[in-house]
Amino acid sequence: MKTEYKNNVLTAFIDGEIDHDSAVRIRARVDGAAQTLRPRLLCLDFSGVSFMDSSGVGLVMGRYRQMQLLGGSLRVVNIPDRLYRIFELSGLGELGVLR
Amino acid sequence: MKKNTVNEMKLSFPSKSVNEAFARAAVAAFVMGLDPTVGELSDLKTAVSEAVTNCIVHGYRRESGVIYINGAIYEDKRTVITVRDKGVGIADVKQAMQPLFTTSPDEERAGLGFAVMQSFCDRVRVRSTPGRGTSVTLEKQLGKHDE
Repeated sequence: MKTEYKNNVLTAFIDGEIDHDSAVRIRARVDGAAQTLRPRLLCLDFSGVSFMDSSGVGLVMGRYRQMQLLGGSLRVVNIPDRLYRIFELSGLGELGVLR
Repeated sequence: MKKNTVNEMKLSFPSKSVNEAFARAAVAAFVMGLDPTVGELSDLKTAVSEAVTNCIVHGYRRESGVIYINGAIYEDKRTVITVRDKGVGIADVKQAMQPLFTTSPDEERAGLGFAVMQSFCDRVRVRSTPGRGTSVTLEKQLGKHDE
């Protein structure tokens, strides 16, 4: 997973498959970077995600709470079409973080 | 094999989270001959991933156990996948199947496992006995684009 920090925005490029197994590692890396850099905005770029189950929803929900605690906000960008259905089921759209 | 059954398979593996990826890939390989659409395959893999994760997180509560998967393909391309554990079982299946119901909120489980299975499969059946284990049967019609 690559990360990029520019203009107070931390972008994490998540790639591969998100499941209960991989979510633990992704979470640790994203939170580690966010706690160190304290960005105004955390941007999760999903363009490289090839598979996701509901663990991906948990990952986004958890980062949303984490960014609230750190006084920043969250955005999820470049969500592949085939992953949209699972986000729709979750009602996460109502938080206004999905782009 | 029962009448109208084209193929069958059985798998068993330890309840390690690394096997979530193995289980969904194995089921995908099993149905590949039906020439499923990308969407159908993705739906089935997602449902299997949810069911296997439930066995690991809830059935066995992260302790070691064995997960069993049975698969059957019928003549009409209907595919039935059963994911079973011999874990703690579910006292109230109806409650467990409610969207957003989770017993593990602190672990960032979204409580969407059954909702995803139901949305991504044609039929989901859950049988559970507390202290004996849980069996989840996922049914999905594949290869619809051929008709």
